[in-house]
Amino acid sequence: MKKVRLNIDGKDVEAQEGMTLLEAARDAGIHIPTLCYHEKLAPYGACRFCTVEISKNAETRLVTSCVYNVEDGLVVKTDSPKVIKMRKMLLELMLASAPVLSELASQYGIERPRFKSEVTQCILCGLCVRYCAEVKGANAITFVGRGVNRRVAFIDEVVSTGVCMDCRECFGVCPTGKIPRETDGASFEGLTVQDVLARTL
Amino acid sequence: MARLRSAADLEKKRAQILSKRDPKKPCITLCSGTGCHALGSDKVYQAIVSELSRNGLKSKVDVRRTGCHGFCERGPIVVIFPAETCYLGVKPGDVPEVVSKVLMDGELVNRLLYKDASGETIKHEGEIPFYKHQRRIVFGNNRLIDPKNIDDYIALGGYSALAKVLFEMGPEEVLETVKRANLRGRGGGGFPAGVKWETTRNAPGDIKYVVVNADEGDPGAFMDRSLLEGNPHSVLEGLIIGAYAIGSHEGFVYVRQEYPLAVSNLTLALSQVREYGLLGKNILGSGFDFEVTVHRGAGAFVSGESSALMTAIEGVVGEPRPKYIRTAVSGIWERPTNLNNVETWANVPLIINRGADWFTSIGTDGSKGTKIFSLVGKVNNTGLVEVPMGVSLREIIYTIGGGIPRGKKFKAVQTGGPSGGCLPESLIDLPVDFDALTEAGSMMGSGGMIVMDEDTCMADVARYFTNFLADESCGKCIPCRAGLEQMVTILDRICRGEGEAGDIELLEELSEVVQDVSLCALGQTAPNPVLSTIRHFRDEYEAHIERKRCPAGVCKALISYYIDPNKCTACGICLRECPVEAISGGKNLVHIIDQEKCTKCNTCFEVCPTRFSAVVKSSGESVPAAPPLGAEVMRKKGKRE
Repeated sequence: MKKVRLNIDGKDVEAQEGMTLLEAARDAGIHIPTLCYHEKLAPYGACRFCTVEISKNAETRLVTSCVYNVEDGLVVKTDSPKVIKMRKMLLELMLASAPVLSELASQYGIERPRFKSEVTQCILCGLCVRYCAEVKGANAITFVGRGVNRRVAFIDEVVSTGVCMDCRECFGVCPTGKIPRETDGASFEGLTVQDVLARTL
Repeated sequence: MARLRSAADLEKKRAQILSKRDPKKPCITLCSGTGCHALGSDKVYQAIVSELSRNGLKSKVDVRRTGCHGFCERGPIVVIFPAETCYLGVKPGDVPEVVSKVLMDGELVNRLLYKDASGETIKHEGEIPFYKHQRRIVFGNNRLIDPKNIDDYIALGGYSALAKVLFEMGPEEVLETVKRANLRGRGGGGFPAGVKWETTRNAPGDIKYVVVNADEGDPGAFMDRSLLEGNPHSVLEGLIIGAYAIGSHEGFVYVRQEYPLAVSNLTLALSQVREYGLLGKNILGSGFDFEVTVHRGAGAFVSGESSALMTAIEGVVGEPRPKYIRTAVSGIWERPTNLNNVETWANVPLIINRGADWFTSIGTDGSKGTKIFSLVGKVNNTGLVEVPMGVSLREIIYTIGGGIPRGKKFKAVQTGGPSGGCLPESLIDLPVDFDALTEAGSMMGSGGMIVMDEDTCMADVARYFTNFLADESCGKCIPCRAGLEQMVTILDRICRGEGEAGDIELLEELSEVVQDVSLCALGQTAPNPVLSTIRHFRDEYEAHIERKRCPAGVCKALISYYIDPNKCTACGICLRECPVEAISGGKNLVHIIDQEKCTKCNTCFEVCPTRFSAVVKSSGESVPAAPPLGAEVMRKKGKRE
């Protein structure tokens, strides 16, 4: 495998060709915050929280580090003022529907969020949906709806087979804790089709 | 029909078709595109057929139902060959007279001819100002052919470009020609098609795909629809040529289900090319194989985005994927996939037949060839317009479009569909090409052009388009889903008169994030309507926020209607017409609008006779106290202001 040399936050980093910027940074001990990333899953690029600034041939732009591959000679800034500004706004937007993120938000200096939305405590990172499909192969969770109406829902036909009873691994990947909280953290037993649909997250 | 097995076979076929056609024989052509169809072209067709047979003219006069002519404002359109007499707005009742004069040389149905501003009639379609100033190299054949008949396309030289590439040019030469022509993508991005083709050709992998993007979804845009409905073979010929150059043997046409005529004409066209040996195994005996599948889209706007379209073809929900690795390298099922828009493909046979030099002689430095625009909104001649790149907005809107109806003032034009920008009057001499529009804060998009007059509120326009895009956002990435939601919330409150100081700046702040970090082009371009209206019409936003005034008198929460007691003549019209009975009054009694009941539907304002003009629409100021109930109107002897 070919080696690629780049610079992240002033540090010279050597990475394997085909790696993403996020992987290269983590290998080098540089932290890039993420919300929809999971090392067992294919990169998804939805939360945009891992956005970084890259410079190449005197051109600077923002890219999503979980899906952008390393390149020779790339100069990467993971916390430039522009990156921080973007992250703050993304967080502020998420906070409107997921106030549970307030602790993270205050780390970014957001104390009084300016936006309001329906509180769902879900940021639609899709970790549960993708984990269930990609790692477990169970496909018990899905997205329903589009745009602002997008929600996560359990598929009752799958849940009712009992497959979720012994698994519950989605509880652990949910970054807001919504799934364990709202599924009682206990049992799927006795849920009817309607119950499950009513629990659209 | 026997398969055509060589280029010579195709030429023989063409000669055979032409030998059966007498250019002097009268032919009544009738536009049957979607616009004319909606205006009743079907009934006109039936009337023509029965009138011809009633008069025993069936063998003496041909009838042809053609694709869209573009002058949709004045349909159904009938053009009679060989004189090319053009009748507009033809109704079934007009048909007996039209048919009776077909064989009488020089006799015309004057009332159906185009009349210019001075009242002069114009006989030839091409002389009508709407057409005269266009250059219809891509769209022009629509009016000449029946899209359901491949022979009509072949008679006009159809598939000769395909024969030329298969037998006289290597794939590289085709690629070079398209690159040299600098054909840029007509779907919105403006990316050079030849460069994209080359990327797919050079990408590793044996299986490569080519795709026609016919998922045109912009409100008010119908150029791709009309091209696919009216001349499907021009698109298919371009696609097969592209496949040959790229080394692809499988193609898709992604067409929206909401375009039933396009789907059926395309499907028919495909069965015809298969039958003729122009598609399938060993095309024209050249050894080149290529097949096409029609994929009908389920109606999500975002599926017009190339990576979302490709996931939809794979059978998954149409959602965009990150494209740092281009779809030209890793597209459908992670195989190299070249996608171009309908109009881009339709340009290809022209470039092959007439050469890259001819193509680059049309247009501007950076944008070559022509572009089809759908000219809609507050403009006299709505319809489809094809002009060389670089023609000014003024020429399109005034010379071709005939200006603004009812003597109203031009205010803005939105180019590029819902995520395009609104350009003000000061930019009306802007030459229309990819780069000039982008520089001005708008974009070419797929060619939508919505004209707005003085009665348009720009904050309301921004609200409408942002709402459309928020609705059509797939919801996958946060900036687009949540950012647009918040932008709509802010625009809504501005239009309701509840805007706050700092809202304009907050919109700008949100726009920056949505533009910079959204996953796909839908989000990245979605703030254009907001940013361009703030840039060019900031004072209107300020009026809404600071003075609670809607200068154009559109935003209902900010306008009121009252009746000027000094002008009211108690004529009773508004009182009768008010749909919510909000107007009181009676004979000789001043009419009064009950502000509580009024729904601001504008009816009273419209029906009050202009000689009285007693109904006042106001915004940003309080309504004067109404006269006491029962006040009598002032009767003056013929003296009234």
